[in-house]
Amino acid sequence: MNRETLNARRLLCPLPVIRTQDKVKQLKAGDQLEVICTDPGVMQDIPAWCRINGHKVLETISGDHEYIIILEVGAA
Amino acid sequence: MNKQRKAVALISGGLDSMLAAKTIMEQGVHVEGINFFTGFCVEGHTHAIRANDKAKPKRNNSLWVAEQLGMKLHIVDVIEEYKDVLINPKHGYGAHMNPCLDCKIFMVNKAKQWLVENDFDFIITGEVIGQRPMSQRKATMPIISKESGADDLLLRPLCAKNLPATLPEREGWVDREKLHDFSGRSRKPQMAMAEQYGFDEYAQPAGGCCFLTDASYSAKLVDLWKTRNGEKQYDLDDVMLLKVGRHIRPGQNFKVIVAREEGEGRFMQGYKKEFITMYCSSHSGPLVLVDGSPSAEDLFLAARITARYGQGRNAEQVDVSIVDKDGSERVIQVKPFAADEIPQEWFI
Repeated sequence: MNRETLNARRLLCPLPVIRTQDKVKQLKAGDQLEVICTDPGVMQDIPAWCRINGHKVLETISGDHEYIIILEVGAA
Repeated sequence: MNKQRKAVALISGGLDSMLAAKTIMEQGVHVEGINFFTGFCVEGHTHAIRANDKAKPKRNNSLWVAEQLGMKLHIVDVIEEYKDVLINPKHGYGAHMNPCLDCKIFMVNKAKQWLVENDFDFIITGEVIGQRPMSQRKATMPIISKESGADDLLLRPLCAKNLPATLPEREGWVDREKLHDFSGRSRKPQMAMAEQYGFDEYAQPAGGCCFLTDASYSAKLVDLWKTRNGEKQYDLDDVMLLKVGRHIRPGQNFKVIVAREEGEGRFMQGYKKEFITMYCSSHSGPLVLVDGSPSAEDLFLAARITARYGQGRNAEQVDVSIVDKDGSERVIQVKPFAADEIPQEWFI
């Protein structure tokens, strides 16, 4: 299992979703991706994107104007 | 055994494209959505930036639609490619800077490319004849099909019965009888369909989902181009900054962008290395970006504008901090502009 981090700070939705989508394409099923964002919209959008594309959200963290989503890549 | 056909649906996040996809899914076709991000989308960005919009849901409507329909959605970044559509629209602009017909042709063309790369069979859009004055007219439907290169692979399920049969219909991949014959600006048939399917939280964008249909945004874009020697160029930061703040242009060589509320101010903080910034240091007040090449005199004037929008607006004199791109800071004392001292023509 591989774990990577994606810096999506300062990007506004849907760009964090697009960057996540592009990064996930490079990963394998079971790999984990930590996405760090500043747009609170990601707390809705990235989990929604994961649900419709078969990936699993492992954890979401809301900090001081920073939002982190850790996901596990699903099977294609 | 018949091969299961696959369609790619252009999903804007609005009701029409949602119903178009649903209509085809109901016929047993495998449908996946595609959504193009041009940089000019209305909802996500402004809601994300403005603290006052916190009560509104921050969902992305195209993702919401895909989830409601149980289909995959591919969001495609077309910011760079879209520049040519906006800057050189073959079919011209609508009421503002909206190149709607060229935009539709571009998106259907991109969907056609995606279809070929992913071995899909046809394309669906939520277009309805007569729904929109520029891009959705009887005369424009064949133009979009032809100039996009999609030709008769482009099916409009909501108004298909008012148009010649497309390949998916002629080949029996879909049953034409189960398609629709909507036309005109009325939304009643769509709303009735939505009710039938139990879709009750769909987005209802007034004037579309694109900033380019907005008069104020378009005016700021035109101003941006004019002050760059008429060069119709932009980057994503330009597009973003035209969405936030009050834009006030006292001279051709500079303008000031005044944050209207806390969320905008926080967003604009991210541009401190690209712009001279100002804020009132003796009173509370908004963050201000100064764009262009201001002289010392211009900065003094910008400071008076900054003071106008702070809590010290009625004071005889306030302190305004001017922060250069390298972070160096100095403080000057200015008298805030009175409300009627800022000429109306400065407001873009």
